[in-house]
Amino acid sequence: MPLPGLPDEAIEIAATAGDWRAAVRLAGDRLVLAGAATPAYADEMIRMIEEHGPYVVIAPGLALAHARPGPEVLGDGLAIVTLAEPVNFGHPHNDPVSVVLALAIKTADAHLAAVAELANVFNDSNAIQALAAAETVADVQAIMGGTS
Amino acid sequence: MKIVAICGAGIGSSGILKVNAERVLKKLDIDAEVTAVHLDSLEMARDAQVILTSAEFVERIGKTFADVIVIENFFDTNELTTKLEASLG
Repeated sequence: MPLPGLPDEAIEIAATAGDWRAAVRLAGDRLVLAGAATPAYADEMIRMIEEHGPYVVIAPGLALAHARPGPEVLGDGLAIVTLAEPVNFGHPHNDPVSVVLALAIKTADAHLAAVAELANVFNDSNAIQALAAAETVADVQAIMGGTS
Repeated sequence: MKIVAICGAGIGSSGILKVNAERVLKKLDIDAEVTAVHLDSLEMARDAQVILTSAEFVERIGKTFADVIVIENFFDTNELTTKLEASLG
């Protein structure tokens, strides 16, 4: 499975979020708009962080919010929200976060190819800053490899 | 050699660790099987030699014979290379 497509609805630029929960919810909203998840998936993503801590902040400035495959997932999907003002997740090294990705995966077994694509994009250490500075949805799609 | 990447969901972050660890191990010419698992499947990590994870999970992983490596930046293959080399080399 390649990286899930990034339709315009899955992207929000320079969003305003008061805290990390609001930021994750915005990304969840985008998964809903893209048809990949129900609104309850955002609750699941937030619950994962409440339960396990801010481990989803996997690189400086970047959170990869996700929950387990479940009934809240309607299809494989990726959403990207960039924040006008970064928020803290409470991570010891990688705060503050200005780019929130939300990943919805139908079945765990099939997700590694998609994740490998994500690694291809973000192993370039400039990608997160470029996303944070993106001014248009098309900019984001271009950085993510034109997967729209 | 068995290496396990652990995160809360078993997708996403541990998947990225798996993918990048495999890339680094290939470059280091080390033959290893890397599996992404979630915290509720910790028994899958019992016979692992190395566990890759983030700081939040170290306590939950608890006592283990494996070398637990904490990764800060999952996309930084230099960090992975240094830490895997130190553990395996």
